[in-house]
Amino acid sequence: MEASFYHAKTRYPGIFGWIFTTDHKRVGLLYLFSTLSFFAVGVSLGLTMRLELIRSGMHFYSAQTYNAIFTLHGVIMIFLFIIPGIPSSLGNFIMPLQIGARDVAFPKINILSWGLFIMGGAIAVTSLFTGGGPPDTGWTFYVPYSIRTGTNISLAVFGVFLIGLSSTLTGMNFLTTIHRLRAPGMTWKRMTLFTWSIYATSWIQLLATPVLAITLLLIIIERNFGVGFFDPAKGGDPILFEHMFWIYSHPAVYIMILPAMGTVTDIIPVFTRRNIFGYSFIAASSLAIAFVGYLVWGHHMFTSGMSDTARIIFSLLTFIVAVPSGIKVFNWIASLYKGSIRMNAPLLYTLAFIFLFSIGGLTGLVQGALATAVHVHGTYFIVGHFHYVMFGGAGFGFFAGLHYWFPKITGKLYEEHLAKLACFFLFIGFNMLYFSMFVLGWEGMPRRYYDYLPRFNGPNLVATIGSWILAMGLIIMFYNLIHSLFAGNKAGDNPWEAASLEWQTTSPPPVENFATQPVVTKGPYEFR
Amino acid sequence: MNETAHIEHRDYAAAKLGMWLFLFTEILLFGGMFLVYAEYRQLNTAAFHEAGREMNIFIGAANTVILLTSSLTMALAISAIKKGMKIRSLLFQAATVLLGLGFLVNKYFEWSDHIRKGLYPDSPVLLAMSHGKILFFGLYYVMTGIHALHVIIGLSVIIFMFALTLRGNISDTDYVKLENTGLFWHIVDIIWIYLFPLFYLIL
Ligand code: HEM
Ligand SMILES: [Cu+2]
Repeated sequence: MEASFYHAKTRYPGIFGWIFTTDHKRVGLLYLFSTLSFFAVGVSLGLTMRLELIRSGMHFYSAQTYNAIFTLHGVIMIFLFIIPGIPSSLGNFIMPLQIGARDVAFPKINILSWGLFIMGGAIAVTSLFTGGGPPDTGWTFYVPYSIRTGTNISLAVFGVFLIGLSSTLTGMNFLTTIHRLRAPGMTWKRMTLFTWSIYATSWIQLLATPVLAITLLLIIIERNFGVGFFDPAKGGDPILFEHMFWIYSHPAVYIMILPAMGTVTDIIPVFTRRNIFGYSFIAASSLAIAFVGYLVWGHHMFTSGMSDTARIIFSLLTFIVAVPSGIKVFNWIASLYKGSIRMNAPLLYTLAFIFLFSIGGLTGLVQGALATAVHVHGTYFIVGHFHYVMFGGAGFGFFAGLHYWFPKITGKLYEEHLAKLACFFLFIGFNMLYFSMFVLGWEGMPRRYYDYLPRFNGPNLVATIGSWILAMGLIIMFYNLIHSLFAGNKAGDNPWEAASLEWQTTSPPPVENFATQPVVTKGPYEFR
Repeated sequence: MNETAHIEHRDYAAAKLGMWLFLFTEILLFGGMFLVYAEYRQLNTAAFHEAGREMNIFIGAANTVILLTSSLTMALAISAIKKGMKIRSLLFQAATVLLGLGFLVNKYFEWSDHIRKGLYPDSPVLLAMSHGKILFFGLYYVMTGIHALHVIIGLSVIIFMFALTLRGNISDTDYVKLENTGLFWHIVDIIWIYLFPLFYLIL
């Protein structure tokens, strides 16, 4: 039997064997480690914001500091955690295994992507301590404020630009891999739905990110040369910036959520011991989301100034884009029905995902409908909504995948009771923290303020206590995973008795993944 | 087996597919700028007409011819290497580089001429003009500037390919790198084909 890739001899010794690797599994782990580190920073910032907001009044953050902190929190969570999160870490590690490839199509570009990502992250961090101080625009960098503020926007934006480039290259790499490197017998309809979701995500990464790239470049150019594209005093149009920003950033929310959907779709059949219900519908709905997701960006601008016709069309399209997501939810539920359910942690996180994502999705419709959007625009309702989809959805999907593929990646088992306990804390804390925000938003508390009127005290206290419970859950979860990495029981090659290809090689896999070229004869969810 | 013993997997179709996907992203990058152009032209049609008179059609046309010719020499360099004619391919690659440099030299004179007249972003002369003119010149500098940046990147890559061809790494059995460079060079050319009329002709 071949040694696992951890023990294989590398071209360079020690740490250089990692940062100059071309093995997709090592690149995936580099990404995993870096994104989770950024996540830890982002969570810490979030907790301090919640602490500031525990009661009305100013406690330890001034208005300016608070602005910088939520900007930093948003930028880290969006660009450094959740967008690269699943595709670049789990996607990199698992997807080539699932299609029976020895590596991705362009291994060198793969490690280059990681390098660009780290450089971008480092530059974004540098922007905090240099120039005019930490950016304070919010993660959206809206003009004209982002042009006028004295804070260090150009550098931060350049960091995000590099991260975008990295994301584009990953998309290009994965698309080529899926098209070219499938094992014999791996037809499109025998691919796992996780791979399908990575495929759809890659298209979005490829086709949306360049628009963000140019938009960010224009901010830098505008700040340094004053060409006037977004400056009304010179004839420019700030609304145009919003259009360009959201033409990328709406599809980007599907970069975040699609891989998480794919992850839970892979988990459900394994823990219900039956084939997934509606395979083709789930695969097609990923592509439909990727496509229709391009056409709805205007729903972020209902109150920014648009013709009524445009608003009605964007609203209608927003309702339509919810349909494929709904299809997925119903298929997941149908797959659970009459299955022989094994309630292991991956499935538990999956159920939490379905619940939280549904709330996030349905409240999204409140914002997609014109009349209610005007009411909740710019309030905590929005903050609640996007944490439900991004954290409750993408984040919990990520956690589910971490537990599910933990034995594959490490060869060890995590501790089941602790994992469930963590999930319980996460779920309770999460709902206390973010459901309160729906209430607050509905009552009119605006987002992005360090202080609020005393009448909002109650739900804010609940939210802050919830944030502590949530943090407990995170600590237990990561303690469990890290501890099991060193002290966990041996998992064996296929502890979940899964049928998809990544589990048919050793855990952890050898350098080029399969000892012999696999030949695929059945679908990924056929257990008998 | 270890990583050092890694076999080079060579997949011609994958390399091509990857490049085409990358070219999509280039089109979208410029697409963002064309969108900006479209909106501001729509809002300031008259001013755009006037500002366009400041353009030197002669230099623009010359640059168009130069760039189109360079695309031809690039294509000839590729077909030469496919037939195993190394020297010929090298000559055509060198010609492409020279033509590209010629394009940049022209661009330099064109820009300095405008700058001498005080027509550059945020200049007092420009700020005294109408909004439409400010935007026209802003677009002119940004779009042709980012295009010129692509020309510079393209030239650097071609020079690199020249070295690879010289060393025999690019040959009649393995020429996909040169082909992909050619594709990149053509897209740079095609984008210019759109920039030229937008700034010089349809006024
Ligand atoms: C313990 C975890 C977290 C806590 C306590 C937390 C808390 C907060 C708070 C208090 C705000 C500021 C609201 C405002 O003043 O407008 C905020 C904003 C935000 N959060 Fe989180 N959050 C957490 C996790 C996450 C995660 C996992 C993500 C993404 C995956 C995320 C993405 C964002 C974004 C994008 C913003 C908006 C920033 C802006 O307005 O520019 N957060 N969060
Ligand atoms: Cu959206």
